[in-house]
Amino acid sequence: MKVPSLRANAIAATLVLLAGFALVFFYAPLDTDQGFIQKIFYLHVPLAICALAGFILGGLLAIAHLRTGDPRWDARSYVAIHLSIIFGVGVLITGSIWAHASWGKWWVWDEPTLVSFLIVFLLYATYYPLRYAIEDRDRQGRYASVFAITAGAFVPLNFIAVRMAESLVHPRVFATANGGLPGSMLLTFLVCLAGMALLWLVLVRFELAAKSASASLSRLRRALDGEPEIPAQGSRIAPGVPSSATSVS
Amino acid sequence: MPALPLDEAGKYVAAAYLVFLGLILVYVAIMAAKLARIDRELGELADVAEGRARPDRNGESRG
Repeated sequence: MKVPSLRANAIAATLVLLAGFALVFFYAPLDTDQGFIQKIFYLHVPLAICALAGFILGGLLAIAHLRTGDPRWDARSYVAIHLSIIFGVGVLITGSIWAHASWGKWWVWDEPTLVSFLIVFLLYATYYPLRYAIEDRDRQGRYASVFAITAGAFVPLNFIAVRMAESLVHPRVFATANGGLPGSMLLTFLVCLAGMALLWLVLVRFELAAKSASASLSRLRRALDGEPEIPAQGSRIAPGVPSSATSVS
Repeated sequence: MPALPLDEAGKYVAAAYLVFLGLILVYVAIMAAKLARIDRELGELADVAEGRARPDRNGESRG
């Protein structure tokens, strides 16, 4: 299957995301309970879904790394987790803004959905120091992959536990009671989710392309200096990316 | 809890969407800085390669 170019991917992400935001403000009806403030959910929930899915994908890519020993899978896993952490920052900030508007507090510690996401976020925040603590590239990649798999398995378990818990105040976008979202809201939400997923993919491919260019530059510098060829290094914590790692399959 | 009036809720909604935009812009700015560094280093390496190729060509033309 032909993978679309990064440029085509970026254009698609921009168009779908803009269409989604246009639907949010000009098509989707106001929520009867929350009113205009509910519009934050069309941003907050897709960000959260992409971040959590990215963490799980990072674990799956790490499995491929451990199975094959190919550092390209480690690089893909690293970039997937890196972007998901950035999206996670967005989730926490937009969620806090909604919480302050709706509950009058920036954070509520007895709400399982909020605290569980914070736990997942903090868990993945330790991914960087883990990589930084190990200097040997092979060991760093292997340990990071084991971490990514373990933490990636924790994400769906955590999600299921939270759904099973009795939530007091956090609303459910995909609620099963009372019929869930009306059609127009669901359509708007799905377009926003598709746009956010495309944006995540674009940023992952962009980051991999930049790392690949950086690694090629290092190889070129060594070749000009007459030094022997060594594998792509990257920065101290980011794995080096051979040029064929720029596609995320 | 009753829904906030539109003028009050609008500030929060705008803040959330601006945070998202800001986050993406900061990320793109960091990546742009990295790519600018790669571009600069690539230019330096091209100069080095050209500098090495020039004496070789001069030597060939003299010989």
